[in-house]
Amino acid sequence: MDISVITPARIHIGRSGPRMTTKELLKFRQDHAIAMDAVWSHVNEEAVEQLGFKIINTLIKDKEEYIRRSDLGRKFSEETLEDIKNTCINHPTVQIIAVDGLSSPAIDANLKDIYGILIDGFKHKGISIGTPLFVRYGRVATMDAISEVLGAEITILLVGERPGLATGESMSAYMAYQSSTDKPESQRTVVSNIHNAGLYPVEAGAQIIHITEIMLNEKKSGVELKI
Amino acid sequence: MYKINLQNKTYQFASLKEVMAKANEQKSGDVLAGLAAASSHERIAAKMILADITLETLYNNPLIPYEKDEVTRLIVDSIDRAAYQTIKGMTVGELRDFILSVPVEKIESIKAGLTAEMISAVTKLMSNMDLVYAASKLVSTAYCNTIIGKPGTLAARLQPNHPTDDVEGVMLSVMEGMSYGVGDAVIGLNPVNDSIDNVRRILEAFHDFYTKWEIPTQNCVLAHITTQLEALKKGAPMDLMFQSLAGSEISNRAFGIDVALLDEAYSFMKEHKNSKGPNFMYFETGQGSELSSEGHHDVDQLTMEARCYGLAKRYNPYLVNTVVGFIGPEYLYDGAQVIRAGLEDHFMGKLTGLSMGVDVCYTNHMKADQNDLENLAVLLASANCNYYMGVPGGDDVMLMYQSTSYHDVATLREITGKTPISEFNKRMEELGILKNGKLTEQAGNYKLFL
Repeated sequence: MDISVITPARIHIGRSGPRMTTKELLKFRQDHAIAMDAVWSHVNEEAVEQLGFKIINTLIKDKEEYIRRSDLGRKFSEETLEDIKNTCINHPTVQIIAVDGLSSPAIDANLKDIYGILIDGFKHKGISIGTPLFVRYGRVATMDAISEVLGAEITILLVGERPGLATGESMSAYMAYQSSTDKPESQRTVVSNIHNAGLYPVEAGAQIIHITEIMLNEKKSGVELKI
Repeated sequence: MYKINLQNKTYQFASLKEVMAKANEQKSGDVLAGLAAASSHERIAAKMILADITLETLYNNPLIPYEKDEVTRLIVDSIDRAAYQTIKGMTVGELRDFILSVPVEKIESIKAGLTAEMISAVTKLMSNMDLVYAASKLVSTAYCNTIIGKPGTLAARLQPNHPTDDVEGVMLSVMEGMSYGVGDAVIGLNPVNDSIDNVRRILEAFHDFYTKWEIPTQNCVLAHITTQLEALKKGAPMDLMFQSLAGSEISNRAFGIDVALLDEAYSFMKEHKNSKGPNFMYFETGQGSELSSEGHHDVDQLTMEARCYGLAKRYNPYLVNTVVGFIGPEYLYDGAQVIRAGLEDHFMGKLTGLSMGVDVCYTNHMKADQNDLENLAVLLASANCNYYMGVPGGDDVMLMYQSTSYHDVATLREITGKTPISEFNKRMEELGILKNGKLTEQAGNYKLFL
């Protein structure tokens, strides 16, 4: 039985007394080094533009500031908000946003697959989508500001999750009905662990579409919405 | 309002809130909130002023007003008036001296008279070793299916997280953890999928496992409390009910809870729990969550954390742990800050009278590593921390962070000569996994449970 197929958890790794073996310890340290590097890297923006995403920036200037200043990574300048309003579809039924977050590799690895499923699926269901946006140096709460300025009904934000050791490519989808800066964090519904050793992007896309339909029907999201 | 002259420099602090914030050790979250001392010297000035403030002043001036916040009201209303009367004239500095000098029975007699602000104030004046020493004296036991917190014991939650909640994968981690003697505090899963059926399925799997192997312990699935309630209504066998807590009404709302909901969940759990004892709640906390949801009212993150414990106390929990290094570098920047916070949180929880543990952990976007985590774990063992997490190889493959491993739990027991919770330990010896708290030859292999 190859247990690594059943779980990526570090089990059946033996021990040296009560401690990890040298082999496992060095593997752990190697994975940690890879994870830290994933945090500090940037998204391939050319690929994102090719998918049709418009690229915008928060108030953050660089990665180091992004890590320290969670407040600024949630906000846009007045000019950026004006630009979004003037150049993007207003009052979309579904607004899709991609954000680098804490793992650029997650966006590089998963965005194309999941975005493909979403546009096909929504088209098939007759649900209209707005202009897709990519936020550089963005946090989850950027979905509130964008939703407000565009008057979106459902907002779906795809973000690179903080990398763990097992994978640096995990993505989350945060969804909200009439996402707003006034509402608490509990307004959001999350589909997490989207990656090739977790929830496959294709499956995640299907789940997201299903949840969107429920949200449009029930006109709520987050803790109030029991699925 | 408060003024001090130190080495020919005059410092002024406009409010008690400002003194409290600036008296903290360096924390990136306080800096982010704009509350931190501007220099080491100003920090000391704030600590000196705080040392001379009476407990009565702290009592009369809760940092979030009584009328504004239900957590303040709950804490103030639950104070033991008689105990408070005996200490109200003490200054914060005198409280530190008292806690460090007197026999533990004397500390026990005044604990119930302390508000969260008093607890956080005295913590601000304590050094790391002060925190270890003072906490080590305080015993907090609780009874669910087994009794946790007895002196000489060191317990662990078995945290068998999986990226898709696959039951087979989860159970492999459970079997591996048990083969290291981990899981005496609880077998508790953080689910990816917060659905009623999933919660029930996992609770049943854990219940069936420990029943089959006659292992005395408790089960829990850490979904949102409302989902756990629904699973309980559908007859899921639940020993512990879980929820994340914050220190303000606004921030609890961000978690989707308030006191009314917690009260309702508590009452329902009391009637329908599967466990034996009077303690059946499990809470997690962590410095910085209130600032993260903008519900901190310009109060420093240490005081906000102390308020979480005041809230937790209302429900006589079996387990409370801070998830100290999970929130990120915006709040605790590096290993040193995480270590300090872990010691602070554990002490404050014990002084509040809680069965306190610590999830000793860090994430990959902060300046910390496994060595820092191991340092904190060893310090907390000296502080007599009730329990730790046990995660396979220290690597949580769902929550994407690092915590203490099955190996770390076994090592801490061997270093300190402590054993698991006694009912569980007895069974581990029968199963040939532990002997006198140490791993036997065959321990450390999930196949023991196949």
